[in-house]
Amino acid sequence: MADFEAKGQRMIALCMLGCVLFNFPILALFNVPGTLLGIPVLYAYIFIAWALLIALMAWVVEQRD
Amino acid sequence: MLQGWVVVCTSFAYLGLLFAIAYYADRRADLGRSIIANPYIYALSLAVYATAWTFYGSVGRAASDGVGFLPIYIGPTLMIALWWVVMRKVLRISKENRITSLADFIASRYGKSALLGGLVTVIAVIGIVPYISLQLKAVSNSFTIVLQYPAIVMPAKVGAVPIFEDTALWVALILALFTILFGTRHLYSAEHHEGMVAAIAFESLVKLLAFIAVGVFVTFGIYDGFGDVFSRAATDQELRPLLTPLEGVAGGYASWVWLTVLSMLAIMFLPRQFQVAVIENTDEKHLNKAIWLFPLYMLAINVFVLPIAFGGRLHFPGGIVDADTFVLTLPMAERQELLALLVFIGGLSAATGMVIVETIALSTMVCNDLVMPVLLRMQSLRLNERPDLTGLLLGIRRWAIALILLLGYLYFRLAGEAYALVSIGLISFAAVAQFAPAALGGIFWKGGTRRGAFWGLLAGFAVWFYTLLLPALARSQWLPIGFLEQGPFGIALLKPLQLFGLSGLDQITHAMLWSLIANLGAYVVVSLAGTQSAEEHRQANLFVDVFRRAPVGARFWRGTASAPDLHNLLVRFVGAAAADDAFAEYARARGLRWPQAQLPADAELVHYVERQLAGAIGSSSARIMVAATVKEEALTLDEAREILDEARQVVMYSHMVEQKSKELEAATTELRAANEQLKELDRMKDDFVSTVSHELRTPLTSIRAFAEILLANPDVDLPERKKFIGIIAKETERLTRLINQILDLAKLESGSAEWHVTRVDMREVVGDALSGMSQVFTERGIAVESRLAASVAPVSADVDRVIQVLLNLLSNAVKFCDPANGRIEVVLADLGGEVRVDVRDNGAGIDEKDQQIIFEKFRQAGDTLTNKPQGTGLGLPISRQIVEHLGGRLWVESRPGGGARFSFTLPALGQEAAPAHARVAAAT
Repeated sequence: MADFEAKGQRMIALCMLGCVLFNFPILALFNVPGTLLGIPVLYAYIFIAWALLIALMAWVVEQRD
Repeated sequence: MLQGWVVVCTSFAYLGLLFAIAYYADRRADLGRSIIANPYIYALSLAVYATAWTFYGSVGRAASDGVGFLPIYIGPTLMIALWWVVMRKVLRISKENRITSLADFIASRYGKSALLGGLVTVIAVIGIVPYISLQLKAVSNSFTIVLQYPAIVMPAKVGAVPIFEDTALWVALILALFTILFGTRHLYSAEHHEGMVAAIAFESLVKLLAFIAVGVFVTFGIYDGFGDVFSRAATDQELRPLLTPLEGVAGGYASWVWLTVLSMLAIMFLPRQFQVAVIENTDEKHLNKAIWLFPLYMLAINVFVLPIAFGGRLHFPGGIVDADTFVLTLPMAERQELLALLVFIGGLSAATGMVIVETIALSTMVCNDLVMPVLLRMQSLRLNERPDLTGLLLGIRRWAIALILLLGYLYFRLAGEAYALVSIGLISFAAVAQFAPAALGGIFWKGGTRRGAFWGLLAGFAVWFYTLLLPALARSQWLPIGFLEQGPFGIALLKPLQLFGLSGLDQITHAMLWSLIANLGAYVVVSLAGTQSAEEHRQANLFVDVFRRAPVGARFWRGTASAPDLHNLLVRFVGAAAADDAFAEYARARGLRWPQAQLPADAELVHYVERQLAGAIGSSSARIMVAATVKEEALTLDEAREILDEARQVVMYSHMVEQKSKELEAATTELRAANEQLKELDRMKDDFVSTVSHELRTPLTSIRAFAEILLANPDVDLPERKKFIGIIAKETERLTRLINQILDLAKLESGSAEWHVTRVDMREVVGDALSGMSQVFTERGIAVESRLAASVAPVSADVDRVIQVLLNLLSNAVKFCDPANGRIEVVLADLGGEVRVDVRDNGAGIDEKDQQIIFEKFRQAGDTLTNKPQGTGLGLPISRQIVEHLGGRLWVESRPGGGARFSFTLPALGQEAAPAHARVAAAT
């Protein structure tokens, strides 16, 4: 049960991380003109951060109990 | 190849394929070899979240707002991170209570309240209607557009088309028929629709593939990769603001955040999401994979949205083509007929998937939580006497499906035209978000009450209705537009879009803010102000503490029932075969054989039947049916008290057990210590035995040696013989003394020595001892100085034993004092409370390290191997035993070269009571 709780806490922390990544102050940093490999910075940031978050979630949730 | 008949045939062929998949999955499920019981199908079925809204609408939203479409998918990603905590709990609760729908879940939490279940159903149906109209609009529009190929013409205004020529109506009717065939062929136990889930998972694959295909075509076929699309968009005056869109959009970040929150709640509380995520879940473990696979799906289906949106706007400048149709119109404009057909099928997939699951979920709610509770309460219908109700249940569900789709069509006719796809869908999202306080509060907060949930839902729903639904109808001229612009009856404060004067927010944010305040506020305030009934309290504990305890049975139920009645009840709702199975399983779990053995109709069986029934008709209806079948008796005050007493006793017992275990622990520690001591004693005993044997052997050896010499040599001369016999006599004497002392010590140690305790004057005793030894002193030429106090307090002691101690000390002093010039000093003093005797010699003294050893048995100062032993080594241990037995102390003070002083004390009589054991011994 302790492992279940630890995993739950990690997932909650990831949710909070996501809330920060996709919210005002951080988003505003990337809401600027310019491109990254031809893709507007904001779009590139959102998709990269999103993919990263999913990867972290997969990593945490698939850890052996 | 985009002729009308091709499109129609392909569509029907596709629907037929879905049907075949569903049929196959149902067959496999009947055989017990489910194809949906794996995490990948579960994750794909969750993707029913992506509807025509995602397929067509996201591009439309992106074309006007840039990233504005993304919160709808990022929100669920964030929520799913919490699923490990939240959804696992919901799943466990739903499995244990055999929940059949979202309405059932909420009703069950608040004491199986039929009223609450009904309210949730009404809100869900009304709230979802716009969402269904969105699907109808998308399918009929895409169909109409495809038929115009190769021309690209936007569909005419809906109002202009006669109703029976309206594609949307036919789409609605066909979808209704398909869903009825699909989802209500027979009653599913616990609402598991395996076939539906398999078909939905397949549809999720189709729509993803179709969307990615068109995305790749637009990005890499029409344009030259992502960079090309975006760099062309950057040169366009109109599109450039969309590249950094968050400031340009109305509401900006606030709108972004609220859309995220809204979709976080939607992924939990859309009836179809609840259906696939909770009701159709076959194993909690599937969550693990779904938690990252489903977000990955959403990411994948969104990658190409922006290129298609910008590509579409660059391709069709001037807004002649509706951005919601870019996904379809771009391949058409490029003459990609096959791709266009694939897109059409993909869109059909997205829409049918949503409509099927949503209407099945809603029809279950309508049937179980709205219609059945009402029908069952109507005594005049005599439903209780009907032998088989499965037909009635199916009929209600079929009508509900048809009705919901027609309501969707009606909304489409009334209000569908004024809004883009995404805006229509968001109205539904806001409606289902109203379930959040009652449902989430219900699983984490025990204090939430039925009244609180009811008033919270009602308040939230009312605000939603006023600020979102009415304005949508007003925009379409079905209500006077003045209602929006001046407020009802001209009251500006009540303007639906600026309620209480709150302005500057977009419509959804505004509505969410007010409705959630009203909802949450009413829920909390009413809950805190009221109290829970017993049933509510029990359900609240069951839900909130679902992980903490084993499911409790119908402990608090009292009543009379008969097993055949309960069986009949089950037969009527789930059919004879399923009812027999359920009873047989129940009996098997209790080691009985049914129907051979009669089952006791106790509370447990009633509870079991209610749970089985809940799986078919929902918890509130099941409650009503069971209540009608068994004669329930209310708990009397005495019984309640009895239950309370029992609970209190359990608490008491547990306290006792706790205390006992503590005592046990303490006892164990003591025992362990005692055991250690015993082991030590055992070791000492072994040592003692071996030492004793050694000590006895030494004199014996010399006795035997001399005796053998005498025996072997009869002609030894007399002086020699005398000498030998003298040695033998001396050694024998030593042996006797040794054995006496050993016996003495053994007696002392075992406490079996006899004590003749009397009142003793130590002056006399010391005098006696000295005079007894005077001969020895004179022989050795030792000067004895005795300084005895004039009078000492009497002591309580055994005279012989004390003399034994004194003689011991004196003979030691004689042995060890200076051989040439021996001096012994004896001092007797009264220390007030005790009497002290010192015996001092002027010998070599004792090393500090030896000062303790000499009091141990057979130990003497110095090296016993090189020095000839003087004495037995038992004198001092015996003396110490005696003194300590009499309540005194015996010790030595010495410096090497400075002689040794042995002292002992005895407690004075009268000052303190004689030692307890001495007194007992005296009494015997």
